[in-house]
Order: sequence, then C-alpha cells, then structure tokens
Amino acid sequence: MTLEILGYYAVAICLLIGSGFVLVSVIGLLKFNDPMTRLHAPTKVGTVGIGMLLLASIIHSALLGEFSFHELLITAFLFATAPISANFIAKVNIHREACETPPNPPQDDTWSTLNVPEPEQRES
Amino acid sequence: MSRLFNRLVPHPVLTLLLAVVWTMLQNDVSAGMVVFGIILGIVIPWGTSIWWPDTPKGVRVGKLISYTLLVIWDIVVANIQVAWIVLTVPNSKLKPAWIVVPLELRQPEAITVLAGTITLTPGTVSSDLSDEGHSLLVHVLHTDDPDSVRDEIKTRYERRLKEIFS
Repeated sequence: MTLEILGYYAVAICLLIGSGFVLVSVIGLLKFNDPMTRLHAPTKVGTVGIGMLLLASIIHSALLGEFSFHELLITAFLFATAPISANFIAKVNIHREACETPPNPPQDDTWSTLNVPEPEQRES
Repeated sequence: MSRLFNRLVPHPVLTLLLAVVWTMLQNDVSAGMVVFGIILGIVIPWGTSIWWPDTPKGVRVGKLISYTLLVIWDIVVANIQVAWIVLTVPNSKLKPAWIVVPLELRQPEAITVLAGTITLTPGTVSSDLSDEGHSLLVHVLHTDDPDSVRDEIKTRYERRLKEIFS
C-alpha cells in the first residue's frame, strides 16, 4: 500500500520535472533570435524532458502490473536520433547562411557540407 | 564452423540488437517472438550488408559502459545548465561561438559517437565535419572562453573514446 503511494508520488514528480524541462525548451525556442542558438534548446532540454515523462510512464505501468518495454525503446531511439536531426538542421543553417559563417578548418580545405562541385555552387 | 557462422552472421552485435529490439517491440518474451527476432536479426544485416563495409574491431566494452554512464550524468548536468541559460541570460548578452575541434580519432564509428556526445552535452551542437575528417565544427550556445570548451571536449570525451576504440 505504502509502496503504491510512494510510486504515485514518484510518477507525479517525474511528470512535473519533465514538463518543466519541456516548458523551458519551448521558452528557449521562442526567446532566442538566431537559428543556431535556437537549435540548442530542443536538442538538450527536450531529451531529458521527454525522458522524465517516459520514466513516469514506466513507473505508472509498473504500478499497474503491466510493465512495458516500449518506453525504454522510445528513450533509446530518441537519444540515437536527436543528435542526427540537430546535425542536419545545423547544416541547413550553414547552407542558407542563416548564421555566422564558420571559420575554415585548420587542416583540410573546407567543411564537408560546403564541399559541393563547382556548377552546383550558389551564385552570390 | 566459425567461417559458416561468419557468413551467416556478419555482424553478431547488430543481429543481437535487432533480436532484442524486436522482442521489446512485441512487449512479450515468448519463444516464438525471440525466434522471429533472431530471423529478422539475420535477414536484415544480409539485406543491408552493402552499407556495413567493415566491422569495428577491438571495442572495449567495460570502458564503453563507464563512458555511457559519464555521458548520461553529463546530459543531466547539461540540461540544468542550458535551462538556466535559457531562463536567465538575455539575448543581448548571449555569446554564441563556433569552435573547431581537431580530431585525433580516425574510425568513423568513434567520430560518430563523439559527435553525438557533443550534441547531447553542455551547450554544444556538433554541426559539421571537414571534408577529409580531420576536424569537427561545433557550435557553442554561451561561452566566454571557446578554447577551454575545445580542450574540455578533447580531454573529457575524445581521450576516453581513443581508449575505447583502440
């Protein structure tokens, strides 16, 4: 009985922390005015926010006696894909010159995303 | 025998991972589902073998686990730091910066793990790789000293990854 009550408290705390982090990431998205800095808010704050919401879901289904693996899978997929989508958005920002031009690499010729064949380069 | 095993299962870890993920997706640990997962784990690496040219060798599993725990801890700390920056630093005082991290790692898998780690940890997003893979472009949300961020990435993550993928 007491364990069940403790469990529900844990669910409530996880939900609060998770939605708090999601709220902060939304505030970040709205507040920053440069596409690159705006990218920082959802990539990081979003992962822990959604992670905590999923943790709440795990505890809740365990309390009901129907333990489910799906939340663990969602967390794993989220942590594997969040950096990739962030990387793609960053590359689009570099291409559209929506941010400061990055410095040239010290050793190689250029960044791989800017390394396009001559005819395809944008006329500026 | 071992050659047959290698032909049948060119990527044992991938096969195991696919079988485990399939069983977890079904949410039901029964013999039939596990067998079906193993069949999928054998068929999918066959069908996609063109995109898996070589297998990473000599990964140190123990160090990989301690690295994972370190990164999870850093993600939690990073989230609190970034949340604090979002809430307290006004736009006019924000100091974003590009930093260039020269890479000593050479294996594509190791560079991928490093780039993913950088994106998930304190105020940094890895944006691009140079065309021959010798340096990594990283965007920092708010820093007074870009060089110290670069040194921290090199000592905290790259040094450990070099030990893991040696």
